[in-house]
Amino acid sequence: MRHNFRFAGTGGQGLITAAIILAEAAIEDNKEAVQSQSYGPEARGGSSKADCIISDDKIWFNRVVCPDVLLAMSQEAANKYTADCDENTVVITDSLFVKDLPGKHKERYDLPITHTAVNECGKTLFANIVALGAIVALTHCVSDESIVNAVLGRVPKGTEEANKKALKAGMDLVRNYKK
Amino acid sequence: MSIKLLQGNQAVVEGAIAAGVKFYGGYPITPSTEIAEQLAARLPQVGGKFMQTEDELAGIGAVIGASMGGKKAMTATSGPGFSLKQELLGLACTAEIPIVVVDVQRVGPATGQPTSPAQGEVMMTRWGTHGDHWVIVVSPVSVPECFWLTIRAVNLAEKYRVPVIILMDEVVGHMREKIELPDDYSTIETVDRKRPDCAPEDYLAYGTKGDDLVPPMADFGSGYRWHVTGLIHDETGFPKGTPDATLQSLNRLHDKIYKNLDDIVTFENYKTDDADYVIVSFGGAARTAYDTVDMARKEGLKVGLFRAITLWPFPEKQVQELASRVQGILVHELNYGQYVLEVERVVAGKCPVWLYGKYDNSSAAPKQLLDELKKHLGR
Amino acid sequence: MGMEQLLEKYFRPGRLPHIWCPGCGHGIITGAIVKAVDKLGLSKDEVAVISGIGCSSRASGYLDFNTANTLHGRALPIASGLKMANPKLKVIVPSGDGDAAAIGGNHLIHAARRNIDLTLIVYNNSIYGMTGGQYSPLTPKGSKATTAPYLTIEPAFNLLDLAKAAGATFVARSTTFHVQNMVDVIAKAIEHKGFSIVECVTGCPTNFGRQNKIGSAPKMIEWQRDHGVMIGAWNRMDDETRAKALADGKFPIGVLYENNDVQEYTEAYDELIKRAQGGK
Repeated sequence: MRHNFRFAGTGGQGLITAAIILAEAAIEDNKEAVQSQSYGPEARGGSSKADCIISDDKIWFNRVVCPDVLLAMSQEAANKYTADCDENTVVITDSLFVKDLPGKHKERYDLPITHTAVNECGKTLFANIVALGAIVALTHCVSDESIVNAVLGRVPKGTEEANKKALKAGMDLVRNYKK
Repeated sequence: MSIKLLQGNQAVVEGAIAAGVKFYGGYPITPSTEIAEQLAARLPQVGGKFMQTEDELAGIGAVIGASMGGKKAMTATSGPGFSLKQELLGLACTAEIPIVVVDVQRVGPATGQPTSPAQGEVMMTRWGTHGDHWVIVVSPVSVPECFWLTIRAVNLAEKYRVPVIILMDEVVGHMREKIELPDDYSTIETVDRKRPDCAPEDYLAYGTKGDDLVPPMADFGSGYRWHVTGLIHDETGFPKGTPDATLQSLNRLHDKIYKNLDDIVTFENYKTDDADYVIVSFGGAARTAYDTVDMARKEGLKVGLFRAITLWPFPEKQVQELASRVQGILVHELNYGQYVLEVERVVAGKCPVWLYGKYDNSSAAPKQLLDELKKHLGR
Repeated sequence: MGMEQLLEKYFRPGRLPHIWCPGCGHGIITGAIVKAVDKLGLSKDEVAVISGIGCSSRASGYLDFNTANTLHGRALPIASGLKMANPKLKVIVPSGDGDAAAIGGNHLIHAARRNIDLTLIVYNNSIYGMTGGQYSPLTPKGSKATTAPYLTIEPAFNLLDLAKAAGATFVARSTTFHVQNMVDVIAKAIEHKGFSIVECVTGCPTNFGRQNKIGSAPKMIEWQRDHGVMIGAWNRMDDETRAKALADGKFPIGVLYENNDVQEYTEAYDELIKRAQGGK
């Protein structure tokens, strides 16, 4: 089983960190994982993109050509990266930022990711962890235990409880999602 | 062993620490900067030193000086900086100062594209500095290989008293991947340069014995006073410009590498045993090729991959052997066609040699590479 | 110790005669370095001489220390790396006005800024000698050079002011006429813990003197005698006298600046290592 993830949005949303955490969780599950991102001015306030591939087998080619799951955290990202999607792609959008979803995709989960981060944890900066929770609940690409450990391994001391809460809130968004 | 997710550049840093590197001098440049940043933190932890120099020239200069002082020393850079370092690289070649230079390639020429994949510095690693000279160039394909190949690069530099270049690309330098790191680096095999055991007054700085073409090197300050020069010199280390001295000096610099190819040249054969066609590739470009090979085999095409790990000296014997038994070789590299020239030279018409050079600042997808191969096969 | 014994003790057998032209002052400066080392009682094993390229840079090969004749302009970075690898070494860098102030100028200001314990001896003959008389950043404006057939229009650096402004903590000047003074200031520069620079004014009769019709080597040394003013006397001048002296091309010699309150770079790095390893 191979999962191709793309995290796309705006610099500062913590999407590269989210992709790294997901890859680290996969490794804890004894899977293969590679993670890469776009660099440069884009990472300083413009659009931001990070890829993560998780697989049971060796991963060589490390670029995501067509994502299985696209997380779009801005309208610009939704516009740009749905171009790489096909009829099998699941797109998760942040309802605060993404209105339209052009291009091919299988289904859309329009989730109040940033709203949830603010409401549950008090700050928008937990949005990336909320999104991670949603992705894990949707795909089961890594175990719940590993994703919690991976999150706790990366976040600043003192924010552990808030991050665990964010992760669970993200999972609940998918579990309670009504299409 | 501890399992970690590391960037290629981070794995180079850990490899350097494991190999016993104790000095880094360099100037920040994308996409190699993480190496400097992390060695700034790691080196002092192990009693080593990090120096952010005023420019690229000073970076490699300080590394040469530290190596003369007896430390294993390394610098890292990318295309523009690698261009600037060339003259000092030549000094390290002729004065036989062991150093390691990491070059994480970017799109060029000039500023090019700092954060995009390219492999346009293949020929520069071989021919960048002026004059006939010989270096060792290795190119990792993965994060774990960044770690182990950095150790090997340091070991080779020490063993052969030669600059060793770790030629990377953005694909491998910036990607994160699983790596098993040894818990105790002291269990890793490392090589220290030979140091003289004769009396100081008998020390000939560039004197060799028998088949061993690498002279012992004394640390500055260790009681063996000798002279380093960028001029052509004889075994005393002092300038001597006669035709004979020039010939002897250059021949030994060549022979110390080329008479030890079996020790130096490493490569990987992936499914080449029964292959009708072979892809020749290296570094980040080879990651595509593994998948292409598997894809092709699912379609019934017997394709293999020959991955050069040591780019220079060129794995001549191995490529010749392949050329004698396959029906075609496709070279895949992220440039307009550099390594292919050497493949063509070595194959010398024994089989067709094709090129898929990609120079649009992105790596090729496996299917693109397969389509390219099929095009040549008329399929 | 007389010069003959000094030659025997500090110069490499079989490496002389040197390549310098008759009347060149470089031998005097190199001799002064050796006398300074001898005066300080340093062992030959603890001295390193790292040079770049140019007439001056050939000095390293003649001297029986740990030596390197490296690349044009690059002696200071190489010396810096060596000093970092082995801070016990006394590292001396003989350099020319082109090597230190032009092609290696960036390294000079940054070595000074770091206050790394190196001793830079600038053999200032106001010209590129080895390549046959082209102007350098220290060639006085209005001089003739093979690349300035219509006279130089570029002003010269005041190299010592530059080094001081960049952070050098020991700044001195001497001339090949004032030999004893030169030995003294070089010895003090080597002893100084931090970046030190000594500008040694020397004559290049072949390539500067001849083009600028200054005359023979002795004439160039007489010029140094008449223009170098001991720092004590220089400081005692009133403003008007000093302004006239400057206008006449005179310059102060001796130790012009010394600051022992700035931490040396390798010592600062040793503290950094302690911090990195969890100490204070």
